[in-house]
Amino acid sequence: MATIPQTGIKPSISIAILGSGGSGVMTTGSLLLDVAGRAGWYGMMTRSAGPQIRGGEAAALLRLSPQPTETHKDHFDVLLALDWLNADRFVSEVDLNAQSLVIGDEGKVMPGAIAGLSGNHFELPLSGTAKSIKGGRINMVALGALAAMIGLTLEDVIKVLTQSLQRKGPEAINASISGIQAGSHIVDSLPALPTIGAAQATGRNRWSITGNEATGLGAIRGGIRFVAAYPITPATEVLEWMAPTLQKVGGVLVQAEDELASINHLIGSSFGGTPSMTATSGPGLSLMTESIGLAVASETPLVIVDVMRGGPSTGIPTKSEQSDLNIALYGLHGDAPHLVVAPNSVGDCVFTTQWATHLAETLQTACIMLSDQFMGQTRAIIDRPADIAFVSGGRQLASKPDVYFRYAVNDSGISPMSLPGTPDGQYTGDGLEHSPSGTPSSRADDHIQQLDKRKRKLDQFNYGDHWALTEGSGEMAVITWGSSTGAVQEALATLRAQGQEVRLVSLRLLSPIQPERLQRALQGVRRILVVEQCHGAQFYHYLRAFYQLPGVVKSMAIPGPLMIKPSDIYHELQSWESV
Amino acid sequence: MMETATSCTPMKPKDYKSGVKPVWCPGCGDFSVLMALTKALAEMRLAAEQVALISGIGCSSRLPAYLNVYGFHSVHGRALPVATGLKIARPDLTVLAAGGDGDGFSIGGNHFMHSCRRNVDITYIVMDNQVYGMTKGQASPTTDPDWDHSKLTPGGTKVNPYYPLVIALASGANFIARASSSDPNGAAKVIVDAIRHPGFSFVHILSPCITFRPEQRDWKKMVRPAPVEATSNPVTAAHRLMTDDNFFLGTLYKGNRPPYQPDLTPVIDDLSSIEKDFEL
Ligand SMILES: Cc1ncc(C[n+]2csc(CCOP(=O)(O)OP(=O)(O)O)c2C)c(N)n1
Ligand code: SF4
Repeated sequence: MATIPQTGIKPSISIAILGSGGSGVMTTGSLLLDVAGRAGWYGMMTRSAGPQIRGGEAAALLRLSPQPTETHKDHFDVLLALDWLNADRFVSEVDLNAQSLVIGDEGKVMPGAIAGLSGNHFELPLSGTAKSIKGGRINMVALGALAAMIGLTLEDVIKVLTQSLQRKGPEAINASISGIQAGSHIVDSLPALPTIGAAQATGRNRWSITGNEATGLGAIRGGIRFVAAYPITPATEVLEWMAPTLQKVGGVLVQAEDELASINHLIGSSFGGTPSMTATSGPGLSLMTESIGLAVASETPLVIVDVMRGGPSTGIPTKSEQSDLNIALYGLHGDAPHLVVAPNSVGDCVFTTQWATHLAETLQTACIMLSDQFMGQTRAIIDRPADIAFVSGGRQLASKPDVYFRYAVNDSGISPMSLPGTPDGQYTGDGLEHSPSGTPSSRADDHIQQLDKRKRKLDQFNYGDHWALTEGSGEMAVITWGSSTGAVQEALATLRAQGQEVRLVSLRLLSPIQPERLQRALQGVRRILVVEQCHGAQFYHYLRAFYQLPGVVKSMAIPGPLMIKPSDIYHELQSWESV
Repeated sequence: MMETATSCTPMKPKDYKSGVKPVWCPGCGDFSVLMALTKALAEMRLAAEQVALISGIGCSSRLPAYLNVYGFHSVHGRALPVATGLKIARPDLTVLAAGGDGDGFSIGGNHFMHSCRRNVDITYIVMDNQVYGMTKGQASPTTDPDWDHSKLTPGGTKVNPYYPLVIALASGANFIARASSSDPNGAAKVIVDAIRHPGFSFVHILSPCITFRPEQRDWKKMVRPAPVEATSNPVTAAHRLMTDDNFFLGTLYKGNRPPYQPDLTPVIDDLSSIEKDFEL
């Protein structure tokens, strides 16, 4: 059975596959992930690429484990390079330790930056083996070698390969199989990787999915049938997955001329009654903010997914950061209460997007969902996310209005919507302040009533347990959000395994604030670490502004683009404890 | 235009009025545009609940509140994208968009081009007064370069105006017409024509701002029917529109490009086949 080196409390093996563009690094990585998944493991793969559109260097970064995993650990057990071209670019992303195996192609000179890294250096006849096979490719030889090193069976590899290369025809498949077989024989000289536990039994309903795909699926499950968007890294894959899927379910994706158009397309389609969404990243969200305010004022439901990347301006488009929190919370002009939510894992993107849709539709307002590049572009092996039905919900429609008041003021703050086509339900949706009937009004009482109404409907709604992910007990707590959650969870699991009690609160609902719920979750807590991937500590400042936090509070605000490591959090908590 | 429900009882223009009193200055050209629009809807016997009128921001963009059809008063420059989203999601409705020259050609200029290009079946009415009325009289993209009455552009803009009909043709609009608020009956006829014609229909209406451009009262003496029938040949249309003095009225171009309307029929009724793709 497969073996994994034991690290921390989560046994796992981490593999970095490097190579220049076109060498097939990503194919090798995703096939290896799927084979491991088939064999009963969990795992994840992130991609790293240089700024070139084509032909640049690339890295597939994998972690495999018998347990679900969505964060990289401190070091890679194996670094395998198909070639060394520009591989030194990845030095800061691929940490190694003394036991790590660094493997290159026979006879090729390792760049100085890599040669200087710790680890045991080896050469394998990768290109030589590929050349000896008709149509042989170096990345298939590497796949065979890696699979053999971690104990995956040749049958499993061939099964996955045959399935995914189906379209390329038997010749390509046979050449690949020969490459994999040959690759599996060239690793005998390498030291064995340390052993770990066996893979879990297969047969459970498990998925291989990226956060961006999961976001699309959550939207479709939630009833989104209209998407308008403008392409932007790293949100484009949400759109790429949704465009053909929407066609199947009777919806449509419109590629707009810009984000000003896309957000307003949504307002039109949603006014017409179709649950509507867009996906963008920080620069696009900035362009949309005026009309998100229009959605708030006119009480038009819509969902805006921001797959965050490094900013400001064009920033680092291919790398992750949690630094759009401020604009999501405060970017709208005027008093514009709206919803801001954040998924905390790849799998949770399904739930949170579905929930975001439900909230937007029920509360007739804009809901911004903050995902990020790391979560969005990570492919993970996960258990199939449960089907969630939001029973009481969806948009409240005006049926047979006597005298219809679109913005009627009532206790819930939610006034039924009349859809175009409904006789006697005509009204004008308006971003100008209005009277309950929708007629423009600059009267003080109308303004105050409508401001109250728009806030009340959000404040009074029962968000249930979904507001946060809470785990553990003890007088020490970590508060975090979004994709930082995975690293925190792993750090806390290590502490708990050492007998230290510690709590996790990962906020899924960022706006409206939930002060009573958080207070309850932090009852008895005396020390709090606030973890986020943001140089300006936006999340920490948000917590400070709106919540009473008990005891001593420390901020751990780490800027992108490098991911937060579980060990950084672990050491922060441990050293804090020992003083 | 796709089939939408029509009323069997004869409709009168006033049946389409909401009763809300317009905020416009007495004598503003936009009153006649409102009248022309209600006449057009009555002539077509469209059921009021089957029509949606979308606008941006400006004096002219106040229009939706004065009609009893479905309306949406959006933000400055965004009438067209809102209307486009609505029509794509609800092809059963008759969707109209309206606004001013600043709204449509300046802040919303990019949407104007792309809406012409996309050719969704909507009718866009621009009330052109060659000025920003609502913000009290600044130059717009259609203002002449020597108009020097705005404090923002002392001595005039010194920038050539923009020719919206030419841009519309070049960008792919499927129907192009000009009307004048001084002739509401003629304008109503053009609007009916525009709504009936499939695809993106652009109706340019000369609608004087009597407060900031009182000299535009003279427009009624300068307008005259175009001497020739509408053409469907874009080359002929280009020649005519390029040499047009901005005062020829009537339908000037009727293209035959098919409108953009995606098919919204589902081909599956549950998500299991979609989710299967994720299974290992
Ligand atoms: C983003 C934004 N910028 C500026 C304004 C201010 N503004 C309101 S209406 C308007 C111009 C209106 O001119 P036009 O569209 O020609 O309409 P008119 O009032 O002449 O009918 C401007 C600049 C605004 N409402 N929103
Ligand atoms: S300012 Fe000009 S455009 Fe505005 S209402 Fe008065 S006359 Fe009409």
